[in-house]
Amino acid sequence: MTKQVSVFLENKSGRLAEVCQTLGKNGVNIRALCIADTSDFGILRMIVDTPEVAVRCLRDGGFSVGETSVLAVEIPDVPGGLGGVISLLGNVNVEYMYAFFTTVEGNAVVVFRVSEEEIPSVVEILGRNNIRILPAEDVYSL
Amino acid sequence: MIWDPYHECMDLEQRRELQAHRLRETVARLSANVPFYRQAFRDVDVQPQDIQSIDDLALLPFTVKDDLRDNYPYGLFASPLSEVVRVHASSGTTGKPTVVGYTAEDINLWAECMARSIGCSGGTPHDTLQVAYGYGLFTGGLGLHYGGERMGCTVIPMSSGNTERQIMMMRDLGSTILACTPSYALTVADVAADMGLQPEDFKLKSGIFGAEPWSESSRQAVEEKLGLSAHDIYGLSEIIGPGVANECSNKGGLHIFDDHFVPEIINPETGEVLPDGEYGELVITCITKTCLPLIRYRTRDISCLHRDICPCGRTHPRIGRLQGRTDDMLIIRGVNVFPSQIEHALLSIEEAEPHYQLIVRREGHLDVLEVQVEVSGEIFADTVRRLEEVEKRIAHAIRTTVGIGVEVKLVEPKTIARSEGKAKRVIDLRKEE
Repeated sequence: MTKQVSVFLENKSGRLAEVCQTLGKNGVNIRALCIADTSDFGILRMIVDTPEVAVRCLRDGGFSVGETSVLAVEIPDVPGGLGGVISLLGNVNVEYMYAFFTTVEGNAVVVFRVSEEEIPSVVEILGRNNIRILPAEDVYSL
Repeated sequence: MIWDPYHECMDLEQRRELQAHRLRETVARLSANVPFYRQAFRDVDVQPQDIQSIDDLALLPFTVKDDLRDNYPYGLFASPLSEVVRVHASSGTTGKPTVVGYTAEDINLWAECMARSIGCSGGTPHDTLQVAYGYGLFTGGLGLHYGGERMGCTVIPMSSGNTERQIMMMRDLGSTILACTPSYALTVADVAADMGLQPEDFKLKSGIFGAEPWSESSRQAVEEKLGLSAHDIYGLSEIIGPGVANECSNKGGLHIFDDHFVPEIINPETGEVLPDGEYGELVITCITKTCLPLIRYRTRDISCLHRDICPCGRTHPRIGRLQGRTDDMLIIRGVNVFPSQIEHALLSIEEAEPHYQLIVRREGHLDVLEVQVEVSGEIFADTVRRLEEVEKRIAHAIRTTVGIGVEVKLVEPKTIARSEGKAKRVIDLRKEE
C-alpha cells in the first residue's frame, strides 16, 4: 500500500516553504501533494519517493507528522474517466483525493483515501473492473 | 523519613499551647519593634495580653502585600539590620520587589522546615538532591539547598536552565531527588526523551515540585516520564520561602508546619474565616520568625484546610492542592477561571499535550478566551474533520469544567514557549486595550 506523508501546519507565512526546504535538503522528491486548510491550520498531504526519510527529517525538524495508507489508482485520461471510476465505488466514502503531476502510459494517477475497513472492497471492485492500483514501489519511482 | 518527630507528630493540644505561647511572644515583639504593627494592633484595639489561645488569632488584623511595598524595603523588619544575615526578594513583576530579611535564627528555622519537607518527600541523608530551582534573590534554590545540607543529602546546586547539561549531571551523578518547578520538570522530561533517555537511565526516586499551581494530571505525566514519585511543596518568600508545607507519601494535601506557620482559610471578599474543607484564600501567621514575622498574611493563594490525622503519623494539618491565586484568577464574562482548571480539563483529553497557553482578548464588549494547544503526534490526523473533532472535545472538556465556551486553536509542536521558571500561561490582551 502506498504511504502518504501528512504534516500539520499553522496558517503562518513561511511554514510550507520550511517543509519543502527540509525535504529538499534531505533529497526527498515530492510526487503529488494537496493542502486541506481551515482558517487556523492546514494539513499538507504528500506522496514522496522516500516516505521514511520524509517522516524522519520532518519530525526532527519539529513538525507534527503522520503516515497514512492510500490507494494510487490509474484513471483513463479522457473526459469522464474519473467520473466512471468514482461511480464504480458506489457507497464507499472517499475521504479525499488528489492527482499526481505525471501520467503513466497515458493514464492519470489519482490518490484515494478511504477508511481502512473499506480498502479491501475498493481493491476488489477496482480489480473486477480492470482498473489498476499502482504498487507502492512503482508510485515512489514515478 | 520524619525529620523532627517531636514537632511533626506532636499531640494536638500540646501544639495549640505551643502555638499560643509563640503567638503571644510574636505579637509582643512586633508591638515593641515595628511601628506599623504597633499602629495596626492599636487600630483593632488589641493588646498583646489579649492573646490567650491560638483561637484569638481572629482578633488580629490582616497583613497584605501592599503593606510590604508601603514599608519598602526594611520598614517591617523586627530585627536591626546588624542581625540580618540575608535578604531575598520576590520578582516584583507588578511593582517594587518585596524584600524579606532573615536573621541567622530564621535561616536555621528555614533549613529545619526544608529538611522536614525533604523528609516528607521520601528523602534521607543518603540521597543526592539536584536543585534546579533558580538561585539568587528567588528563595527556591537556596531554600532547597540549605534544607538538603541540613538533611545531610549530597546537594547539586544546578540552578534552573541549561537543560541538556542538567540532564547529563542528573544521569552521571545519579541524582535521586529532583527539585524544580513542575513546568520545568516537564521540560526536563521532554528534553530527556528527545535525547533518547528513558526513566531507567536515571536513579531518580522523588521530585519536589512547587512555586506554581499544577494539576494531578501533570503529576502523573512527570511521574511517568521521569520514573519518580512527585511531591508538591509550598512556600512563599514573605513567609520564609519553600518549606512552609509539603506533601508526604499519602499525597492527600500538603502538611503545613503549623508550629511555625499557622494557617487559616478566609473568604477573600469578606475576610471571614471559613470552615475546614472549604476553599478560600490561605492566610498564614508566622509565630517563630525573628526578622519578618507577618501576622495573618494574605497569600492570595486559593486552598483549603484538612485537620484529620494523616496515616503518615504527622499531626500537622494539610492544605489542599493550590487552586490558583486570587490575583491570577481570570474573570471571563463574569466567570472566575483559574489556569489550573483549564490544565486539568486539557489533561483529561488523552491526546492533548500539557503545553498550552491562554490568550484573553476583547471582541466588542465580549471577552474571548483562546486556548492554544500543541498538536502532538497523538493528536495529529490527516483529515480536517478529525482535528476539528479534537478541538471540539477539548472545548467541551473546558466548558464542562469551567462553565464557559472557549476557542481552541491547535498549534505546531514546541511553538509554545517552554519556561525555565514559573510557566507564563496567560496572555491577557484586554489590559492593553
